[in-house]
Amino acid sequence: MFAYVVRRALYAIPILIGVNLITFVLFFVVNTPDDMARMHLGMKRVTPEAVQKWKAERGYDKPLLYNAEASGAGMLTDTIFFDKSVRLFAFDFGASDSGRDIGADIGQRMWPSLAIAVPVLLLGLLVYISFAMLLAFFRGSYLDLSGVVLCVVLMSISGLFYIIGGQYLFSKLLHLVPVSGYEPGWLAWRFVLLPVAIGVFAGIGSSSRWYRSIFLEEINRDYVRTARAKGLPETRLLFRHVLKNALVPILTGVVVVLPTLFMGNLILESFFGIPGLGSYTIEAIQNQDFAIVRAMVFLGSVLYILGLLLTDISYTLVDPRIRLS
Amino acid sequence: MIQPVILWTDALVYLLVVVVVLFAFYARGREHLRAPWREVVRSRIAVASLVVLLFYTATGLLDSLHFRKVLPQQDGQQQVQYSGEVLSLLDELLGPMRTQEEKTYSAPFATHLYTKEAIIDADGRQTRDYPRLRYGGAHLADPASEKGADIRQRSLRALGQAGAVLLLLTAILALLLARRWRCSPLVALRRVLAGGSVVPWRTALAFVGLFLLLIALIANLSAWYHMLGTDKVGQDVLYQSIKSIRTGLVIGTLTTLVMLPFAVFLGMMAGYFRGWVDDVIQYLYTTLNSIPGVLLIAAAVLMMQVYMSNHPEMFETMAERADLRLLFLCLILGITSWTGLCRLLRGETLKLRELDYVQAADAFGVGRFTIMVRHLLPNLLHLVLIAVVLDFSGLVLAEAVLSYVGVGVDPTTMSWGNMINRARLEMAREPMVWWSLLAAFAFMFTLVLAANLFSDAVRDAFDPRLRAQR
Repeated sequence: MFAYVVRRALYAIPILIGVNLITFVLFFVVNTPDDMARMHLGMKRVTPEAVQKWKAERGYDKPLLYNAEASGAGMLTDTIFFDKSVRLFAFDFGASDSGRDIGADIGQRMWPSLAIAVPVLLLGLLVYISFAMLLAFFRGSYLDLSGVVLCVVLMSISGLFYIIGGQYLFSKLLHLVPVSGYEPGWLAWRFVLLPVAIGVFAGIGSSSRWYRSIFLEEINRDYVRTARAKGLPETRLLFRHVLKNALVPILTGVVVVLPTLFMGNLILESFFGIPGLGSYTIEAIQNQDFAIVRAMVFLGSVLYILGLLLTDISYTLVDPRIRLS
Repeated sequence: MIQPVILWTDALVYLLVVVVVLFAFYARGREHLRAPWREVVRSRIAVASLVVLLFYTATGLLDSLHFRKVLPQQDGQQQVQYSGEVLSLLDELLGPMRTQEEKTYSAPFATHLYTKEAIIDADGRQTRDYPRLRYGGAHLADPASEKGADIRQRSLRALGQAGAVLLLLTAILALLLARRWRCSPLVALRRVLAGGSVVPWRTALAFVGLFLLLIALIANLSAWYHMLGTDKVGQDVLYQSIKSIRTGLVIGTLTTLVMLPFAVFLGMMAGYFRGWVDDVIQYLYTTLNSIPGVLLIAAAVLMMQVYMSNHPEMFETMAERADLRLLFLCLILGITSWTGLCRLLRGETLKLRELDYVQAADAFGVGRFTIMVRHLLPNLLHLVLIAVVLDFSGLVLAEAVLSYVGVGVDPTTMSWGNMINRARLEMAREPMVWWSLLAAFAFMFTLVLAANLFSDAVRDAFDPRLRAQR
């Protein structure tokens, strides 16, 4: 087991190098730092001095890959590539283009993101599985049919509609919860309630339909037929045997996204003004803060690869038939 | 007197049309390709959604024929000057909707502006009131009493026109079916209307009728009223919604067109050659997959913005610039979304290559490339098709989210995402402005719902394994 985990973790290294190279090419080779500076300063105020100053303030004034002026190891380390890309491997994110410490920002803004993402995930699982079980239990009936139709309709509605509609209904008309904002500590529940509810609701269509098909696949298996033939009651069959086996693909699907919960939900957070990593990312994109976007790309990849690793491990834990190789 | 303009996306859209038509001809003579489609059109839901999709597609295609008009000749000017504004055939058809701009917000079918303004009346006194609209209901002398009757009269005329066209279409259909079924047209007509035909023609006719009615209503009313109101700068919301159709369709289809070659080619290579080729391709898609999609798109679009703002000389008109951005968005979406299909095709190829017929071909000395194209590809096509139709609706929805984040289509391109983005603060206004948002959501919902239902039918017909579960 340990050797397997180590091997999988080692496999992540070339992938992270690849991600790093892609972002480096995207951010520094397609457009030179000069282009970025000109874009940021605006067309009118561009003078060579201003561009130089902008670059120097943010450390973009070094050579890209190879510094001929420096000596010794500095030839490789005193470059943009080392400064901005290689340092990411040590989770040293540096300063944003507006001068803030990205690492500290991330550590601080992670918690509001989790306050939204974790309840959405857990409540969502509960709701989707119950709904899908209900449909699977009454499979082939009108209840099932209308449930599936409802799912298709719900998943055809843009997620933005749920957010805007929910905000309007619960905050503006009914005054149940504040429209947006956040407060640290336990008082946050008032602000978290609506985003969580909307996050769960927005996923009902696609997730329930998917879980239902997993349940139905399981119901059509031989062991279920055997159990039924032996006289096991339908409810017990469904809740004891089918649910247990169907949870394997469902849970492994959940494990993949566990680490990425830290990244937060981009749209929900920015609509509800929650100071999490999702809104952080959106703000960075809108302010064209390349340093933050670069850091988030790297962080996101690391978390995704962590998710893959966890999935592999959890597979072997829940399903003993799968051997580690 | 016009100069045709072929934008990049136009060219690709028409290339796509040609590909689809060629494939249809190819499939005509092959029973195994025809059979699933025949099953698709037997389902009432599929036929209904197909009609919706066809009307949307027709709108999008009309909106993909672009041209520039000649500017009026000025004295002493030898050369013909073309206007900087790129129009499409759809713009011409929609005519007054494009040009009849109000000052600011007005509600659907309103005759007065939505906000009070200082009006100086004939006596020189200043009052604050809702001023009359410049175009909406401007033909009425007394809007309060005449508006209802006027709208009713025009709607009835639209109903009559739509009904007449529908009757004509029904008659043509009955004649055609009568020839095929070798019976009299009346018998054919009765059978269609009773719902007795294998292909649910009645459903198709009902939906065609519905859309004809909508078109007739637009034709009769849109020149006199703003049917869905106007937005902040006074532009007709209905016009924006209709123009957004093309953007949605382009993103939904061109993205797949972009990603297909990658996914199919690399997936088959990985599955067929295995070994180091497989390793490299797997590494490639795991790496791309591990970057969060929105962030990769955002990063790429940000970089493109920098590039475009530093090279303004590359674009002759605003439309060309916006169009290139749309194309680039499709490219980026394609690059981030090909991995799923690639993995699927790789797995399927791994299975197929061990089958006897492939082994036999190999033993006969058939080349590797020929085996891939002649023997593997046709057996993977159903997976490709299912993936394409399933992806479509997701991409249309993604456009709205991306435009909200600010990395979507160009702000000057009309799209549902841009409409929502501009309108989302209007919910906070008192009194609320709801029509822009609702129009964008309704148009998007119709397209996505139709696409979802249609793709379900296609998947069921092409993947018999799944059918057992329904």
